[in-house]
Amino acid sequence: MENLYLMMAPLFSTKLLIVLFFGTLFGLILGVLPGLGPTTGGALILPFTMTLDPLSAIILLTSIYCAGTYGGAITAILINTPGTPAAAATCLDGYPLAQKGEAGRALGMATVSSTIGGIFSVIVLVFFAPLLAQLAYEFGQPEYFALAIFGLTMLASIGDGSPVKNLIAGSFGILISTIGKDFMTSIDRFTFGINELTEGIGFIPVVVGLFAISELLTQSTLLDQIYKRVALKAVKLPTMKDYKLTWKTILRSSGIGSFIGVLPAEGGTVASLIGYSEAKRWSKNPDEFGKGSIEGIAGAEAANNAATGGAMVPTLALGIPGSATTAVILTGLIIYGVRPGPDLFREQPEFLYGIFGAMLIANILFFIFGFFGAKLFARITLIPNKLLWPMIFALSVCGTYSLNQSLIDIWIMLFFGVVGFFMRRYGFSVVPVIIGLILGELVEGTLRQSLVIFDGNWLMFFTRPIALSFFILSFIALAFPLLKRK
Amino acid sequence: MKNVLNKKRVDKNSLPFFFKPSFKVSFIIITISIILLFTTFTFDAVPPILNRGIQPATFPKGLLVLIIFLTLIIYVLSFYNPWKIYKKLPHTFYITLCNLILFVVIAKTLDFFLAISVLSLFVAYFWGEKRIFYLFLVGIVFPIIVFVFFETILGLRFPPGIITNIYYN
Repeated sequence: MENLYLMMAPLFSTKLLIVLFFGTLFGLILGVLPGLGPTTGGALILPFTMTLDPLSAIILLTSIYCAGTYGGAITAILINTPGTPAAAATCLDGYPLAQKGEAGRALGMATVSSTIGGIFSVIVLVFFAPLLAQLAYEFGQPEYFALAIFGLTMLASIGDGSPVKNLIAGSFGILISTIGKDFMTSIDRFTFGINELTEGIGFIPVVVGLFAISELLTQSTLLDQIYKRVALKAVKLPTMKDYKLTWKTILRSSGIGSFIGVLPAEGGTVASLIGYSEAKRWSKNPDEFGKGSIEGIAGAEAANNAATGGAMVPTLALGIPGSATTAVILTGLIIYGVRPGPDLFREQPEFLYGIFGAMLIANILFFIFGFFGAKLFARITLIPNKLLWPMIFALSVCGTYSLNQSLIDIWIMLFFGVVGFFMRRYGFSVVPVIIGLILGELVEGTLRQSLVIFDGNWLMFFTRPIALSFFILSFIALAFPLLKRK
Repeated sequence: MKNVLNKKRVDKNSLPFFFKPSFKVSFIIITISIILLFTTFTFDAVPPILNRGIQPATFPKGLLVLIIFLTLIIYVLSFYNPWKIYKKLPHTFYITLCNLILFVVIAKTLDFFLAISVLSLFVAYFWGEKRIFYLFLVGIVFPIIVFVFFETILGLRFPPGIITNIYYN
């Protein structure tokens, strides 16, 4: 009961409500704009949140996450271009349905199923995050090392990029985390005599570079792309017939999405693809899929929004990001000095339950915004890229500079922008780099401390049941993509 | 991939191996990794009495060996599953890249704010925006708004430069 009251705290705070309102609005706009999305948007907004208290800042980021994930569906349905990667599966049926003159019905179903999926996942978050955090009390350094390895091996099965390429990108991310003074011995590593590098490389320049600047370069190659926008009169709530047809799909996809979200490194993209394919597998009309099936939209949208709450579970309970956007949220938590993990649940329940409550409210808010404002949001796609991206560049540069007021951060951002562009061009996802960078210190730190505990005996890792379980799961995570191909 | 020309598999004999993207990418990754691997041998070592666990260079060494090993795997896999053919990058990409370099040069030598303004203006222009009003909006008005916002609300002090100094004085 006390936790329920803590969850509702954002409702009784004008400041938090304003933050939620603007976060949801901003998230929707970011989700609608192809190439932006909640991850890039979160990274861009992070420096601005420095003026807020930690709870308001994280609420802003999480509301952007929830609304941005839904916002991608608007563009997917109306212009056949997913606003976010997680909305890719929504294009398959959303756009064909819109072409049939049923854009309002498609958007209505996307809005309802996203909201149900999102709320379902918040319930999962409220129940499972504390349980997982309790389990984390049993963890020592070897267990955290094994868990981090499990998180990294899960990169093999994330949506874009081949498994091996994802692992290379993840290793590259860990390698970046080793730049600077070694935290145990203070010995310089990969600093090349540059004083500014002794403190290591910050998350924000890398995140903004890999997402925003690389996207700027990508957009420079897509200037001849013309979007065909389907006209939208108004968003229609699904009919009773639609509900009868889709309620099982929505519930199933909500469950799938939440589960996929909980797995480290996985996120909305994988969840929506699995949610979509499961909707097709269980459907009585599988032939309709790809031609404008309402079940297809429900399956994909419920799953990708359900992944938002799921992805917050390992992020808050263990400090292991559940998705790319939660990696940015985790970065925010670290910057504000909030250490995710079991102690956070014990020491700052009002902070955590405030986040849970905010996510719940954000899901309701984007339902209202989406239902009444989808037509308006769809118009945002009319902003030409030739005007939008120079403005995003200005924000990226100032935002990155503002953290440490250091020009080296700008050069790092530009460097990773170019690297990110070529990575994406040659089929490497940039998400593993971020997750590798975040987990890098944990991996190395826990490995070295474990070896101190074990007196240098590596085999001792396999004598700890929890660590051994994570290693077995890691092996399965590595083998699964290969088995799936066969 | 957005830049895919077509999804047909590459004829293995159509291109010399060193022109294939899989070779080029693998070669670059492995070369950089080897250079970095050599760099790790220059890291200071901790005396045995102070050493706890492993040396500071051991972890990066292991990572680089792993990256080289995984890169060899993707190269070998490319024989069985050739990479897609990528369309040549359009000239707008190179212009944008040059603009980024110009940004660095102006930011380092003249003024940080001027660099943002010039880049925004040039990118918008070279991406096809020819209307003076919108160029003014993107190249002058928006950077000023961003500058004032960061300066006044976030209390940020921008690095000195010919324009920034006028503002601060």
